[in-house]
Amino acid sequence: MVNHHPHFLFYGSGMEKITLASQLLQYLITGLTVGSIYAMVAVGFNIIYNVTEIINFAQGEFVMLGGLIMVFFHVTLGLPLILAFPATILLVTLAGVLLDRLAIRPIRQPSVLTLIIATIAASILIKGAAMFIWGKDPYDLPAFSGRNPINVLGAVIQPQYFWVIGFLIIIVIALSIFFDRTIIGKAMSACADNADAASLVGIDVKRMILLSFALSAGIGAVAGITVTPISLMEYDRGVMLAVKGFGAAILGGLGSFPGAILGGLIIGSIESFGAGLISSGYKDAFALIVLMVVLFFKPSGIFGDIEISRIKRF
Amino acid sequence: MLRIGKLPITIFAVLIIIFPWIADHISAIDHYPDIMVFAGIYCLIAMGLSLLMGYAGQISIGHAAFYGIGAYVSAILTVRYGLNPWTGMLAGMVVAAVVALLVGAPSLKLKGHYLAMATLAFGIIVYIIFNEETEWTGGPDGMSGIPGLSIFGFGFDSVEKYYYLVWGIVFIVFIFTINVIQSGTGRALRAIHSSEPAASAMGVDISRFKVIVFVYSAMLASLAGSLYAHYLNFINPSTFDLFFSIKLLIMIALGGMHSIWGAVIGSGLITFLSYEWLHYFGEFEVIVYGAILLLVTIFLPHGLVGVPGIVKGWLRR
Repeated sequence: MVNHHPHFLFYGSGMEKITLASQLLQYLITGLTVGSIYAMVAVGFNIIYNVTEIINFAQGEFVMLGGLIMVFFHVTLGLPLILAFPATILLVTLAGVLLDRLAIRPIRQPSVLTLIIATIAASILIKGAAMFIWGKDPYDLPAFSGRNPINVLGAVIQPQYFWVIGFLIIIVIALSIFFDRTIIGKAMSACADNADAASLVGIDVKRMILLSFALSAGIGAVAGITVTPISLMEYDRGVMLAVKGFGAAILGGLGSFPGAILGGLIIGSIESFGAGLISSGYKDAFALIVLMVVLFFKPSGIFGDIEISRIKRF
Repeated sequence: MLRIGKLPITIFAVLIIIFPWIADHISAIDHYPDIMVFAGIYCLIAMGLSLLMGYAGQISIGHAAFYGIGAYVSAILTVRYGLNPWTGMLAGMVVAAVVALLVGAPSLKLKGHYLAMATLAFGIIVYIIFNEETEWTGGPDGMSGIPGLSIFGFGFDSVEKYYYLVWGIVFIVFIFTINVIQSGTGRALRAIHSSEPAASAMGVDISRFKVIVFVYSAMLASLAGSLYAHYLNFINPSTFDLFFSIKLLIMIALGGMHSIWGAVIGSGLITFLSYEWLHYFGEFEVIVYGAILLLVTIFLPHGLVGVPGIVKGWLRR
C-alpha cells in the first residue's frame, strides 16, 4: 500500500548544479507523467461508473497486472515489445471480464455496500494471486526506447515519459471515436444515460456492463505497461494507484472524461511538487489530501454535474 | 431482528466466563485465552462497524486509523508524558471522536461510495503519519515500554486478568449497543438502511444519525486500540494498515452485518483464523480472506447469522 522503495527515477537525484527554474520544470514534467497514469486509472473508473454506477475498487489491480504480465511476456518469455504489448492487454482485459462474471454479476441483490465489498474482495484476491505468481519483489521493464535522458532547459526527461503521455493521448482519441462514432460505443453511452431506457430499445445492458469492465481493464493495462519502466512494478501497488486515480476522477467530476484527464494531471503535479518542495515522506499523502478536500468542499468536482449525480442510484 | 433474547446473552456470558477454566484443562488450547483477548479487542471495533454498516448502511475502509489513533494517543501520553493509562484511553476516544466528526460529517452527507473512499484515503494518510512523525510515534520501529493497566493497585498483569477486563468491557459495550439498536435511534438507523427517502420523509435527520453512528464506531475502535497498546506494551504502524481495515470488513461480512451477533461471531472467527488456523498459508492468507469475502458476499449476503434462516427455508420446502 505505501511503497518505501525509492522512486529514484521520478525524483532524480545526483544532478549537479540545478537552478530553481529547471527544478520546477522537472517537477512539472514528472508530475504530468505520473498524472497521465492517474488519468488513465480515472478514465477506467469513469467507464465502469457511467455504465454500472459501481466504483470498482479493483481498478488499480489492472494497472499492476498490466505491468507484471508485460514483464512476464517481454522479459521472462522474451517476446518482442510489439507482441508482448497486445498480449498483455488481452490478458488483463480477460481479467476484467472475469471480474464482472465472477464477482459482480453473481450478486443477487446488488447494493452499494455489496458491490463495494465485492470489488474489494476481488482486489485482494488479485493482489494475493500476483504475490503468489511474482513474489514480493519489484520488477523492472526495459524502457521502450532506451534510457538516455533528454535534457530540456536543465530538466532531465526520460524518453519513457513521452510514451506515457503519448499513450494517454492515444487513449483519449480512441475513446472519443469509440463513444461518438461506433454503434457499440453509442450503446454504452446510452446505458450510462439511462439503463432502463437503453434496454427498452434493445441494448443488451449486461453485455455493455461486461464490455465496460473489459475496456476499463484494457486501459489499466496500458497504464501499467507504460509506467513500469519508470517506477518498477510489484504486487501491492494497485490500491494506491486506485485511490489516486479515484482522486483524479473525483477532482475532475466523477463520470466526466475531460475531468478525468485534467484531474489526473493536476493530482500528478500536486504530488510531484509536494514531494519535491514540501516533504518526500508524505509523497503519497498529497493526492489523498486533495481527494478528501474535494470530497468535502466540492464533491461534484470541476466538470461534474450535480443534476446528473442526483439521478445516479449510488 | 430488533429483539435480542436474554437467553443467548446469558449463555454467551457464561461461556466467556468459564472459557479460561476450560482452556486451562485442555493442553491443545491452553493458549486460547491469549487469542481471546485479541478477539475481544476486535469484537469491540466490529460491534461499532456493524452498527455503521448493517444499521446505517455505510461502509468504512479506514477504521484501522481510529484503532491506531487510540493506540498511539495512549502510548504517547503514557510513555512520553507519564500520564495515567486510563487518561490516555479517554483522551484517545476524544481525539478519535473529533477526527471522526471532521471526516464523517462532510462525506456522510453524500451518497454511498463517498464515505468508503474518504475513509480509505483517510486511513492511508493516518498510516503515513504514524510512519513519518518519528519524533512522536517512533516511526516504523514503533513504541515500546507502554505501561499495563491497573486500578486501585490491582494490576491487569496476566493474560487471564486482561481477558476478563477486555471481555467485561465488550459485555458493557454489547449491552449498550443493544439498547441503542432497540431504541428510537436504532429504528431510525434501520429506516435509513432500508430507504433513505422514506426515512427522510418520516422526519429522520439522516445525516445526523449517520454521523453519530460513525463517531460512536470510531470511539469504540479507539478504545480497542488503547486496550491493544496496554496489553502488548508495544505498537508499530503495521498493525494499523489498510489490510486491517479490510479484515474488519471481512469480520462484519462473514458474521452478518444485520445483527450484532454477526460482529461477535465474525470477529471471533477471523481472529482465530489469523492467529491460529491460517499459519499454514503464511503470507498467502490474503487469498483466503479475499475468497471468504467474495463467497460470503455472493452466497451468504446475511453472513453466518443468516444461515439458520436459510436452513429453515430449505426444511419448509
